[in-house]
Amino acid sequence: MSAAKKITKKAGGLGQLMIPLIALAILILFNLIRDPGFFSIEMVTNNEGNQVLSGNLISIIDSASALAIISMGMTLVTAACGGQDISVGAVAAIAGAFFVKVANAGDSITTGSFILGVLVCILGTIAFKMFNGTLVSVFKIQPMIATLILFSCGRSIAYWINGSATPQLVGPIINAVGKTIPGIPIPTPIFIVVLMAILLGLVFKFTNLRLYTQSVGINQGAARLNGINPTAIKLLSFVILGVCVAVAAVIGVCRLHQLNHKTLLVDIEMDAILAVAIGGNNLGGGRFRILGSVLGAYIIQMLTTTLYAMSVDPVNVKAYKAIVIIIIVVAGSPVIKSRVTALFNRIRTSRSIAAAGRGVE
Amino acid sequence: MKRREPLSNTQLLMSIAIGIFVFMYTAAIIGLGGGFLKFQQVFDLLNDNAYLIIIGCALTVVMIGGGINISVGGVISLTVMACALFLNGTGMQNGLGVFVTLLLALGIGLAFGVGQGFLVSYLGIQPFIVTLAGMFLSRGLTTMLSVNPVKVTHESFLALSKTKIQIGFLGYVAQNGNQIPAKLEIGAVVAILVVICSFLMLRYVKLGRNIYALGGNQQSALMLGINVKRTRFLSYVISGLLSGLAGFIFIMHKPAGNASVAMRSEMDAIAASIIGGTLLTGGVGNVIGTFFGVMILATIQKIIGLSGLNDSWWQDMASGALLGFFILLQSVVLSGREKRRAQKTASPVLQKG
Repeated sequence: MSAAKKITKKAGGLGQLMIPLIALAILILFNLIRDPGFFSIEMVTNNEGNQVLSGNLISIIDSASALAIISMGMTLVTAACGGQDISVGAVAAIAGAFFVKVANAGDSITTGSFILGVLVCILGTIAFKMFNGTLVSVFKIQPMIATLILFSCGRSIAYWINGSATPQLVGPIINAVGKTIPGIPIPTPIFIVVLMAILLGLVFKFTNLRLYTQSVGINQGAARLNGINPTAIKLLSFVILGVCVAVAAVIGVCRLHQLNHKTLLVDIEMDAILAVAIGGNNLGGGRFRILGSVLGAYIIQMLTTTLYAMSVDPVNVKAYKAIVIIIIVVAGSPVIKSRVTALFNRIRTSRSIAAAGRGVE
Repeated sequence: MKRREPLSNTQLLMSIAIGIFVFMYTAAIIGLGGGFLKFQQVFDLLNDNAYLIIIGCALTVVMIGGGINISVGGVISLTVMACALFLNGTGMQNGLGVFVTLLLALGIGLAFGVGQGFLVSYLGIQPFIVTLAGMFLSRGLTTMLSVNPVKVTHESFLALSKTKIQIGFLGYVAQNGNQIPAKLEIGAVVAILVVICSFLMLRYVKLGRNIYALGGNQQSALMLGINVKRTRFLSYVISGLLSGLAGFIFIMHKPAGNASVAMRSEMDAIAASIIGGTLLTGGVGNVIGTFFGVMILATIQKIIGLSGLNDSWWQDMASGALLGFFILLQSVVLSGREKRRAQKTASPVLQKG
C-alpha cells in the first residue's frame, strides 16, 4: 500500500496542473485588465423574491456545473479505456427523458416524485452506459466507435421515451435544484458539483480505484497478471460516468424547467473531452488528475463568458474558442514541454558552472 | 496444390460490407418494388451523397494512419459559405470564376490540412483535440462570413451545377412512352474518381504503403526507415484537401451557402468508414469498403423514407442499430481470427501434418 501511495503521490505532482493553472491565471488577469469590475459580486433579488448573489464569477461557476460533473466521469473513462465517450450529450438527453417521465407522472412534482425521478434517471443512465461499457470492455471495441452508436441515436431514443417534444416542469423543488434554494444565496448546482467531488474523493481515498484504473490504462496485460480485472474496471468507469451524466442531466433539465431532447447539454461531449485534455490528462489513458479536468471545465466556461462579455456574437464564439484551445494545447504539447525543460536545464547548468567558477576564484 | 492466401482482415471486413449492401438492396427491391430496380435510384444515391463519399475517403486515409479527423464537416461548411460569397461577389462571370472558386475551395481545405497535420505530427498533440479545434474554428468562421443563407447567382456556376451526364441505355421508359435517360451529376463522377485514386494511392504508391505501416505499428514503421512524421503530416494534408473538394461538390449539388451545412457529417463519414471495415486503431481499411459504407447508410435512409416512416428519429435509430450490428460483427470476426491464428502458431506440427 505504501508503494501504491508513493506512485499516486508522484503522479499527483503539480506538474500536470501547471498548464491549466497558468491558463486560468492568464484568463483572470486578462479580464481584470479589460474590466476591473468583471469579478464583482452583488446581492440581488431574483424573480422568486429570494436574495441571491449575482455576478460574472457566480455565473461562470454556476454554468460550468454540468460540464464539470461530466468531465469528472470522462476523466475516469479516458484513463481506464484510453478513449473517450462521445455519447454523453445524447445519453444526458435520455437521462433527462427518464427523469421527466417519472417526476412528471403525478399531478405536481413533490419531493418524493423528484427523488424517485432522480433514482430512475440514474439507474436508466447506468444501464445505457453499461451497454457502452460492455462493448468497450468485453468486445474490445474502441470507446469512440462504441459510443458512436448512442451518439447517433441517443437523442432519438430520448424523443421516443418522452413521446412529445418539450415537456415542461413546474414546482418549487425544480427551482431549488436548478437555481437557488430560498434563503441560500449561492446557486444549488455549485453545491452539487462540490458534493460529487467529495463523493469521488472519498471513493479514491478508501478504495484502490485510482491505482487500478491507472494500471489498466497504462498496461492492461500487466494489470491482469497482477490480479486486476480490466473488464470490471472499465465497466466501473462507465458506470461512474453514467452517474455523472444523470446528475448533470437533472441539473440541465431543472435549470431550464423543460426538457428539449434536441438541445439538452448539446455538444457537451466535445467540451468534456476538451476539459480532460486541457487538464493535462493523456487522452491515451493511464495517469489522470480529476482536479485538472474540473479546472479545464471552468477554463472553458470562463473563456465563453469572457467572449460574451466582450460582446462577441454568440454564433462566432466557437472560432475564438478554437484559437485559445490551440494555444493551450500547443503550450502543453510534449515537444514544447521538452524544449522548455531543456531551456531551464541549460540555464541551471550555466548558473551552476558560473557558481563553480566563483567558488574557484 | 498451392494453398490460397487467406483473406486479410481488410478484405474480409470489406466483403462483409459489400455483402450487406447487396442483401439490403435486394431486400429493398423485393419489399418496396420497382423504384429500386431503376438505375436512376442508384445514381440518386450517388448524386446526393457524393460529398459524403469524398470525406469518407478522407477519413479512411487518416484512420488507416492511426489518426482521426473530425473537422471535415466544418471545413465543408466553411468552403461552401466562402465559395457562395465569392461567386456572388466576383466580377468573373465566366468559367474562370468557377475555376478560381475551385482553387479557393481546395485552398481552404489545404490550409486546414496543413495546420492540423503540423500540430498533430510535428508537435505531437492528440489528433482528436486538434481536429476538434479545427471543427470549432471552421464552424465559427462560417458564421462569421454570414449567418444568413446565401444563394448562388453566378450563371456559369449554376449552369455547371445543373449539368448532368445522361446515360440513355441505363434509363427507363416513362408511362407516356418517353425514354428517360439516367442522370448522373458531375459531383458523383468526381466522387467515384476520388475513390479510385485513393484506392490506387493506398495500394500502389509508396506514401499509401507508408500510411498502412504507420497505422499498423508506429515503432516498426520507424525502424523500417519510414519518415513517420512526414507520412502522418501528409495523411492530414490529403484529408484536408479532400474535405475542401467535398465542399465544392456540396455547393455544386445544392448551390447555396448555409451555416448549418453538413452538420454531423463527420460522424456519418466515420460510421461509413467503420462499416466499410476500417479500424480506428489503424493499419486496416480500404476506401472501397468506405464507398459501400456510405451506400449502405444512404440506402437505409432511402428505405425508411420510402416506407412512410418519415420521422428523422426512425432514421437515427435504424442507422444506430446497423452501426451497432457492424461493430459487434467486426469485433466477433476479428477476435475469432485472432484466436485461430494463436492456435496455429502454438501448434505448428499439427498444422503441417
